Amino acid sequence: MVANMQAILSVSGISKTYASGFQALKRVSLDIRRGEIFALLGPNGAGKTTLISIICGIVNASEGSVRVDGHDIIKDYRAARATIGLVPQELTTDAFESVWATVSFSRGLFGRPRNPAYLEKVLRELSLWDKKDNKIITLSGGMKRRLLIAKALSHEPQILFLDEPTAGVDVNLRRDMWQLVRSLQATGVTIILTTHYIDEAEEMADRIGVIRKGEIILVEDKDELMRKLGKKRMTLQLQTPLALIPPALAAYQMELSSDGSELTYTYDTSGERTGIIALLKDLNDASIAFKDLHTTQSSLEDIFVSLLKDTR
Amino acid sequence: MNLHAMRAIYLFEMARTRRTLLQSIVSPVISTSLYFVVFGAAIGARIAEVDGISYGAFIVPGLIMLSLLTQSVSNASFGIYFPKFTGTIYELLSAPVSYLEIAASYVGAAATKSIVLGLIILATAGLFVPLQVAHPWWMILFLVLTAVTFSLFGFIIGIWADNFEKLQLVPLLIITPLTFLGGSFYSIDILPPVWQTITLFNPVVYLVSGFRWSFYGIADVAVGISLAMTLLFLAVFLAIVAWIFKTGYRLKN
Repeated sequence: MVANMQAILSVSGISKTYASGFQALKRVSLDIRRGEIFALLGPNGAGKTTLISIICGIVNASEGSVRVDGHDIIKDYRAARATIGLVPQELTTDAFESVWATVSFSRGLFGRPRNPAYLEKVLRELSLWDKKDNKIITLSGGMKRRLLIAKALSHEPQILFLDEPTAGVDVNLRRDMWQLVRSLQATGVTIILTTHYIDEAEEMADRIGVIRKGEIILVEDKDELMRKLGKKRMTLQLQTPLALIPPALAAYQMELSSDGSELTYTYDTSGERTGIIALLKDLNDASIAFKDLHTTQSSLEDIFVSLLKDTR
Repeated sequence: MNLHAMRAIYLFEMARTRRTLLQSIVSPVISTSLYFVVFGAAIGARIAEVDGISYGAFIVPGLIMLSLLTQSVSNASFGIYFPKFTGTIYELLSAPVSYLEIAASYVGAAATKSIVLGLIILATAGLFVPLQVAHPWWMILFLVLTAVTFSLFGFIIGIWADNFEKLQLVPLLIITPLTFLGGSFYSIDILPPVWQTITLFNPVVYLVSGFRWSFYGIADVAVGISLAMTLLFLAVFLAIVAWIFKTGYRLKN
């Protein structure tokens, strides 16, 4: 399959049942394309971190297999893991190490010979260069997050996992983080991020996977997803307020604002007929005049909420 | 072989040692000196020679063993327990390193530290009592083998422990008593016959005896048996480590 040829990461039939009996993942299959930003979106406890942990070798899968750039993560774990950089959700660091020591350690751990010039470049890009001799314990939360990214990038990985990269990060830092992720993508790194912030996925991702209770319920191009599942709302500002919607227009299921001055019609963009033309005609027939109209598209958040509702 | 990784882990652990120099090196040296003052000078003066060696000199190999065993275990156990505790173990588990490489690096670093410590204590002892080492190569062999074996043991404890109390438990409740009762401060000849037999179940007896033989050519048990027992412990701990890594015990869910 062509899609498989492009895949840098291929997850097939992965299940995970913890010793407690909790089934965190149920036969998850997923292909990640080379060079894309993929957002794995799901509520807390949906299995996002478990999936990442299995791919990275931190958790053993109960069944199924994963191939990273053609390498099986069990049989050929060295090649597979050398390809991956992982930024964990928790800010786990060796408090008493220096910034420079810890990124050098990470690079060595992943089997790369020393390369101070490259590490300097990474630290500069993450605005950590002037902190290179500081002990990690003296860094702020945002710096520690960036340090974890620097550690993950220290061995020049092709795939970068960001597990909840902006959890507990303030608005400005979030913007910076998004900027950073985009610049990483520009260098050819494939990025897989998990998030439960929908706007993050909407802002960043090329494709979105939605995971819920251990199952991937949808994988789609973001734009396609927005188009397919997106609903549009058309709001009409009336010239004279209405007391109630005339029965002739009941079939359109419109909402009338409390002051009677606005009519809102919701329609599906994926439908063959949006019903707009018919509506406008019927409005005309009913002698309802409007002075203005505007349309809005539902956000990914609306889509996400309705998706989770539908499958419940 | 991921030699870069082994080097990185080894250097990381040695850097940790340098940061905790006071606790790692100075405190064992001070406590050893105290033993010499109390047992060697104060009490030792009233004890006749043991097997023709002054009491102060007699206890040197045992004292080194005492530090070697406790330090190897606590070093190695702490080295692997701490990443588990802070969560930084994620990096180790996701790295392209084999378990053998991980174990070898941590154990290697812990053993290096204990060997250095053992040599420092030996030098310190030289200030208090006249020393002789009859079989230097054997001395080094026992020193290295014991350091490696018990660092391996410490590594196992570090993986097994899921809190700080368990981490202290084995060194405190098993290693220290066994070392004190293992002939560090006496020749087992002076025990009543029943206790002499019971003592033979104490693994530390073989380590101390072999080590002391390398100094003075006297031993409670034949040196070949001492060496064989040391190698046996090494093999047992290696087997346990192999099992831990095969099953991911306490490391992976």
